[in-house]
Parts: sequence; structure tokens; C-alpha cells
Amino acid sequence: MAEMKGADAVVQALEREGVEVIFGIPGGASIPFYDSLYSSSIRHILMRHEQGAAHAADGYARVLGKAGVCSATSGPGATNLTTGIANAYMDSSPVVAITGQVATPFIGKDAFQETDVIGITMPITKHNFQVRSVSEIPEVVKKAFHIAQTGRPGPVLIDLPKDMQEGTAEVEFPEEVSLMGYKPTYDGHPRQVREAARAILEAERPVILAGGGVIISGASEELRQLAELIPAPVVTTLMGKGSFPETHPLSLGVLGMHGRREANHAVTESDLLIAVGTRFSDRSTGMVSCFAPEAKVIHIDIDPAEIGKNVRAHIPVVGDAKRVLRQLLGVLGEMRRLERSRSWIEKVTLWKKEFAPELEYDDVPLKPHRVIKEIMEFLGEDDIVTTEVGQCQMWAHCYMQRSKPRTFISSGGLGTMGFGFPAAIGAKVAKPEVRVVDIAGDGSFLMNIQELATAVENGIDVMVAVFDNRYLGMVRQWQELFYDRRYSAVDLGSSPDFVKVAEAFGAFGIRVERPGEIGDALKQAAEAGKPAVVDFVIERECNIFPMVPPGKCLKEVIG
Amino acid sequence: MQEEHFIVALVEDRPGVMQRIAGMLRRRNFNIDSISVGSTEIPGVSRITMTVHGDRQTLEQVMKQLNKLIEVVKVSELRQAESVVRELALIKVSVKNERARAEVVQYASIFRARIVDVAKQSMMIEITGDEEKLSAFIELMRTYGIVEIARTGKVIMARGARSVRVRETR
Repeated sequence: MAEMKGADAVVQALEREGVEVIFGIPGGASIPFYDSLYSSSIRHILMRHEQGAAHAADGYARVLGKAGVCSATSGPGATNLTTGIANAYMDSSPVVAITGQVATPFIGKDAFQETDVIGITMPITKHNFQVRSVSEIPEVVKKAFHIAQTGRPGPVLIDLPKDMQEGTAEVEFPEEVSLMGYKPTYDGHPRQVREAARAILEAERPVILAGGGVIISGASEELRQLAELIPAPVVTTLMGKGSFPETHPLSLGVLGMHGRREANHAVTESDLLIAVGTRFSDRSTGMVSCFAPEAKVIHIDIDPAEIGKNVRAHIPVVGDAKRVLRQLLGVLGEMRRLERSRSWIEKVTLWKKEFAPELEYDDVPLKPHRVIKEIMEFLGEDDIVTTEVGQCQMWAHCYMQRSKPRTFISSGGLGTMGFGFPAAIGAKVAKPEVRVVDIAGDGSFLMNIQELATAVENGIDVMVAVFDNRYLGMVRQWQELFYDRRYSAVDLGSSPDFVKVAEAFGAFGIRVERPGEIGDALKQAAEAGKPAVVDFVIERECNIFPMVPPGKCLKEVIG
Repeated sequence: MQEEHFIVALVEDRPGVMQRIAGMLRRRNFNIDSISVGSTEIPGVSRITMTVHGDRQTLEQVMKQLNKLIEVVKVSELRQAESVVRELALIKVSVKNERARAEVVQYASIFRARIVDVAKQSMMIEITGDEEKLSAFIELMRTYGIVEIARTGKVIMARGARSVRVRETR
């Protein structure tokens, strides 16, 4: 027990959780917290917008697999965080958000910069807390990190009224916390695991569908063993990209609306779908009624609420992906292996050859495929790609092969334009030794372009590859395909000049208009010794194909 | 098949817990017909009884989504046939003359309801029972003129040895 100021207790509790970095912006209601932070070893990175802070914490969390922390003041600071919090929630990312709040006596009085952040963030956090007494601070912080990082991870918000930061009390830092209503299930039920194993042995056309849960639980090695043992082709969701090496002979790449044809075909024709750590998002499944129509579904997920939510599971296994896959490998090892015909693997391998995309374009203006290909070749397998949202994201999703988990960071569920750049900043802070490239569209980049100042001021040398078509490209594509080319509110015009913007912020900027210049520009940007923006002028009306139109089955691919 | 289901949830008694539950139900498009809250044998734990309309899959999702809330400690489904279901209502009836008053007293006695307040022009009756009993009585009172009704919503408890409680080991 020690007598301590609330703000000091918060900072000390954060230090005890191993927090090294906070992304944030201070304000009136969080000045005491920032005062305590001033004498802490925790590094604070001053962002230029709170949305950027939340995305940076999210990117940091996804790269390291531990909580990323962001902070904002009350009112507008807190509301600016919410998009980033919702984004982390949809993609199960462990973010801890700390918000200042008006002092307790002012709560409910519509005080200056007061907003009900607890009410606002209830549906977009795994849980949230408002501190009601100084002495409970250590326990609240401990609980917040515990909830954020265990089970199915997710964002947790701690709201700190100003008087709780300024007040003092006897505080004690607990080593552990226990929550009556929160006990995640990690081990799969042995009976369900055996049933899954039997279904695997009986299947003729098995497919593994790997989602973000595989990455979160660190189950890539187990997944690879399972795929090779069965053997079964592997398709991944956007969130699962990188969980299985896309260079592996059994990889069919990503499925879904802009998935690879071979992946969508395989799922549609499979007789057993082994889904691991995925929530069957509508962007992954297409129309649910014709999703994997012939398949028995094994659904492995740590969140029981995902079982049967979108797709019926014949054999549900609730548990952590890594542990359940280990159990499954164990059981399969004991069972007598049935001879499976090679014809399924041969068939999908043929599809893979047949549907291999053309990336080698020499066109001017640039084809995005060519840019993706060159960036892919430029990056090492440990380097990190983040993406914005829209066509740029889907080009990367579909064509850029990644072979390691936590090297492809994208806004999957919420689809947040403006995510990629601040997430890249968070990723680079998490892993300064690797290259980090944000695959951006011009529309998305503009939504958080102010973070160039953050990157420059803090020497966070990330690269932004702008796929510059001067359109809100994905909306334009839908208008072209489904709305009779009525291009409503999608033309972004000629402003700004991204090279000059980059330079004005003190970053390196370069424009690329010809395919022959791509490699050299990437090299210059990487060696600039500062954050860099590479403005790729791409064909304005280039579409992202293949595409499963909305409301259609995965096999109904166009383009 | 659309049916009425009874769900009992034990929750931590903290500020905002009802908002969390109500918000989740609305957000996920679940239809709740009745909800009631009260304390339990354990300090700090409240019991929520709700009736949900929907098919089996909807029921399962409601229960799982409730369970997912950190402050929800336990969620159980109770089957009507194996449970005691009760609701309490306070009914204020206008009684214009002595004859009406006598009749209302008589009906209350038949239904084993209690007269809890008497005024010149009205009486307040307290009645406990299941849905059918309450509806039948309320229907009868309409003839006299109902001024006001306050109902608690259903509470439900399993018969026999089965119980919904917080396990000590948790």
C-alpha cells in the first residue's frame, strides 16, 4: 500500500503492464495524466489527430500481439478516438484507450468538453470502465489489459475523470484479477475434436479456411502441419492473410468478394470446410445460402457467439486456435490414416495455374498490378504492409503474397479509410528494424495525411505508396458496374500534389508515372532517411477483379 | 419455429450494466417481450428475467451474446413447463357506486388478489400469477374502468433441484 496520486497510479499501473509506448494527444481533462507521464519511462508519441492515435495503437498491437495504448482528452478527443476503437473491435485487436473526463461533480452537467464516452463506446469496446475512486485505479487498469489481451482480444476503454487523476489514495497493485463473468475457453472439447478428426479422415475434398484468429493465437505452424498432414488446400480471409505462406504449394490465397478464383472455387466445391478463427464475414462468404453448399463445416473459434452466427457449423469447437489445432493434430496422429486420392489436390493445383493473375503490365498510366508486384518484390518477408481501404486494399489483398503472420495489417471489419497510414506508424514503432509500407489510395491517404507531421517529427520512417487515381475508386467501380456509370461524388480532382504535400511536411516525395521508374523510386524512398510518399499515377478507371458482385455466390465471379 | 423463450441472466450489479444489455439487444436486432430485474441471494449480483420471441437459433445467439458481456456472470434458459412463472400487477380500478365496489371485491377474492388501497372513486388491487390469470383478471376489470396498471414483468424459477446460481469456483 502506498499513498499516491491517481494519475501516478495510472502511469505506474501501465508501466507494470509493460507498456512502452502511448499514442495520444493531451487536453484539458487529461493534463494531470500527462503530467505523470512526463516523469515516466513510457514513450509518448504525439499524434496530430486522435483517430490516428487509435489506429497507431491498433497497428502496434497487431504487429506485436500485445496491447497498444492510445490516449485522448474528454469530449472531442474521446469522440475522435471512436472510429479507431470501432476498427479495433471489428478486427479483434487489443487496444487500451485512456480518455480524460470532466471531474466527477461535473458529470451529467453538460460541462465543457464533456461527452458520455462510456455510453458511446459500449457497443464498440469489449468492455469499458469509468474510474469512480482513486483506490480502484490499479485494479481497473489490470482488468482492462487482461480483458483486452485474453480470449478474443478487443479494445477496452478507461475513462478517467479529472478529479480521479488529481486525487490521492492508498493504492495497491494486484498481481492478478479475477472477473466473475469472464472466463474464456481455451481448450477444445475432446469429443468435438475427435469428431472433427473423423470428419477430416472421411473427407474427399477438404479445404482449410484460416482467419485472423490463427494469427492472434500464433497458430501458423500448427496450421501448416495440419494442411500438410491432411493434405488440404488453404484459403485465408483478409484478416487471416499471412497466417499461411501464400508461396506454399497448398495455398490458394484469399477468398471472398475480391478473393482469388481458385480460393472461391475450392470452397464452393469442398465437402469439408475446416474454418479456423474466422467469423464468416459477408465479404468472405458472399451469399451465405450458397456458401460452401456441399461442405460439412468444422468451426474452430474462441468466441462461442461466432458459432452458428453467420454460417451453420456441423462440428463446432470452441477454443483457442493454436491449442485446438494441436489437439486435432494429436488425435489425427493416433488415428489410422485413410488413403486419400490425390485428385482433389491436383484439381486445385490446376486451378491455381489456370487463374494465376497477370501482373506484368507495361502500361502508362500504371496498372496497379504492376506496382503491387514491384512492391512485393522489393519487400522482405519480415517487412510489414499496411493498407488503407478500397481498391488499393483489395489489389494488395488479392495480388500481394505474404508469407508470415503479422506482416499484413488491414482494416477488415470496419473498412476504415485512413487506417493504413497511422497503423503503419504504429507498426514501425513496434518493429523499427523492418520496412513498413502503407498501400494507400489517394482518397484514403487524405483522411489521415496530417500524421505525416507525426512521422517526420518522431523519425518514424514509413513509406506510403499512393495508388493515385483521383477517384474514390471502389465507389466509382460500383457505380460503373451497378449504377450505369453515374459517377456521383467520386471525382477527387487534381488537388493535392502529394509530392509537394510530402515535402511541405518535411518528408520525401516522388511521383512515378512509368513502370520502369517504380523500382528506382522505391529504392530512393527507402533510402531517403525520412518518411516517404511515393505517388503512383495509376490508370484512373482500372477496376479490381476478380469480383463477386454483392448478393451473389462465391462461384459467380466477374472480371 | 417462432416461440417464446425464457432467459435468466445473473449480472454484476454495476452502473451501466442494464444499458450494456439493452444496447446489445437492440444493436443485434433481438426482440424482447418482457424484462425484469431484481437482487439475488448474493450481494452485488442481480437477476434479469427476459422473454425472447424467436426461433432456436435466435435464442442461442441472444444467450451467447449476453454471455459475451463481461458483467454477465451466467445465462440460462428455463422451460415454461418445468418452471414457475409469476408476475405481479397493481391495478387501479374506478368504482363509481357501491355495487361496482362489491363486485370488484368479490372478483378480487375469487382471483386471490388483494385490495391494497381504497378511495372514494377507486380501488387498487394487487394480483400475482401467470400471464393467463393476470390477463383474465384485467379483462374483467375493464368493465369497471381501469385507471392505471403497473406490471413487474415476469420472474421465473425452475422447479425442483435445478437452480440458476453463481458457481463458487468461478
